[in-house]
Amino acid sequence: MKSKAEVVVIGGGSTGTSIAYHLAKLGVDVVLLEKGYLGNGSTFRCATGIRQQFTDEANIKLMRYSVEKWKKLSEELEYDVNFKQTGYLFLATTEEEVEAFKQNIKLHNKFGVPTRLITPEEAKEIVPLLNADEFLAGQWNPTDGKANPFKTVFAFARKAKELGAEIYEYTEVTDIIVENNEIKGVKTNMGTIKADIVVNAANAWAPIINEMAGLDREFIPIKPYKHQLVKTEPLKEGQIEPLVCPPAWNDSYVIQDGEDGGVICGTGLEHGPTYDVTPTYDFLREVLKWATRIIPALKYVHVLRQWAGHYAKTPDSNPAIGKVNSIDGFYIAAGFSGHGFMMAPGVGEAMAELIVKGKTHVPLDWEWYDPHRFERGELRSTAFQIG
Amino acid sequence: MSEKGERIICRCNEVTVEEIEALIEQGVTDIEMIKRLLRIGMGPCQGRTCLPMVISIIARKTGKSPDEIKLPATRIPIRPVPAGVLVGDMNEE
Repeated sequence: MKSKAEVVVIGGGSTGTSIAYHLAKLGVDVVLLEKGYLGNGSTFRCATGIRQQFTDEANIKLMRYSVEKWKKLSEELEYDVNFKQTGYLFLATTEEEVEAFKQNIKLHNKFGVPTRLITPEEAKEIVPLLNADEFLAGQWNPTDGKANPFKTVFAFARKAKELGAEIYEYTEVTDIIVENNEIKGVKTNMGTIKADIVVNAANAWAPIINEMAGLDREFIPIKPYKHQLVKTEPLKEGQIEPLVCPPAWNDSYVIQDGEDGGVICGTGLEHGPTYDVTPTYDFLREVLKWATRIIPALKYVHVLRQWAGHYAKTPDSNPAIGKVNSIDGFYIAAGFSGHGFMMAPGVGEAMAELIVKGKTHVPLDWEWYDPHRFERGELRSTAFQIG
Repeated sequence: MSEKGERIICRCNEVTVEEIEALIEQGVTDIEMIKRLLRIGMGPCQGRTCLPMVISIIARKTGKSPDEIKLPATRIPIRPVPAGVLVGDMNEE
């Protein structure tokens, strides 16, 4: 193991590997540490969705930029991450929701996201198996999409290594060395690495890393909530290509995996805070109740797998991204609340530029994601969690 | 089925020995990443057929003992079950 680096990134998920890649691209000598295998935290358990349909300017702008990056990512990383723009379709069951959709659409359009209101008939054309009779209207954006989380993390890591980054898996951080409020290095179960800059990209585990750096665990109050998914046997391509979600039905959603065509089904049922990721039977019944109501034909489709991961939630469901002012050289990008994978290309580039240049050309609103907002008792408008 | 006489290891997702070996030769030796890049063990049989063979291949190519290579998690349900049965409304039409 190397004994010295310019920057140490802690956490080998989509965010950490993206930051490491973008730092290496800027010529930084970077080491990435992951306590398990790459992606094993939240990324490899996510539902693959990538969307720009948020309800606030900051997340819409960041995701619009991130989608532009997603479009070129396979080419840039020279590895197919299977990004597809198959859209996100939200469905309304009440007139109030239709009104809310209209407001959302105005906001999306203002920032260049081409969302539009569609009729149930149009929704059925997009998703032929949809139980369209139950819905009044759809909020449809064909430029949202999905990608392969496994290949994405692998591609970021592979390219980062090609550019000189060192990545150590199964390497657990045991302490952060801080002297006179300055980062000096990181201790691991495999040895110590001297570094002046450390990035905490540990998502659900970020409060533990913060504590190692001498901060209060509640400084950024990220809590791990168990979220589960089930996946069915493959269906013919094109049956349920977009992510389909009636938010009023307990935030339930279905989306056909872009890789093998199996249907991934999720719902708002959560457990926690807990680091436990054992699948539960109550979830299986809850998720399938809604999934078979959205797509009745799913009744006849076999369920193959159920698993769980974390939503690393902050009190406003927006991540903490930026510099920690009280410790020189300490940065954080964590608490993604279920949106880490979709944001990773944009966030990785922005963080790398912030560290190297002190600013970024990425439209990332540092004020909005300020890690110090919780300390001040300030919250942002809550980001809707789905996909 | 393979047309070129390649040896299929994962019958659910049609993964061949050659694909697994090529990945290991590129430096991907962790069963967790091999599983996810090639989708071995993620089909209807949940790896009953392929995982022991994949472990043998990794062991042979990396010089590790098969005991050192841990099996990836098995996911429920152990056998495929129609969603309607799990919801309990298969007879309602």
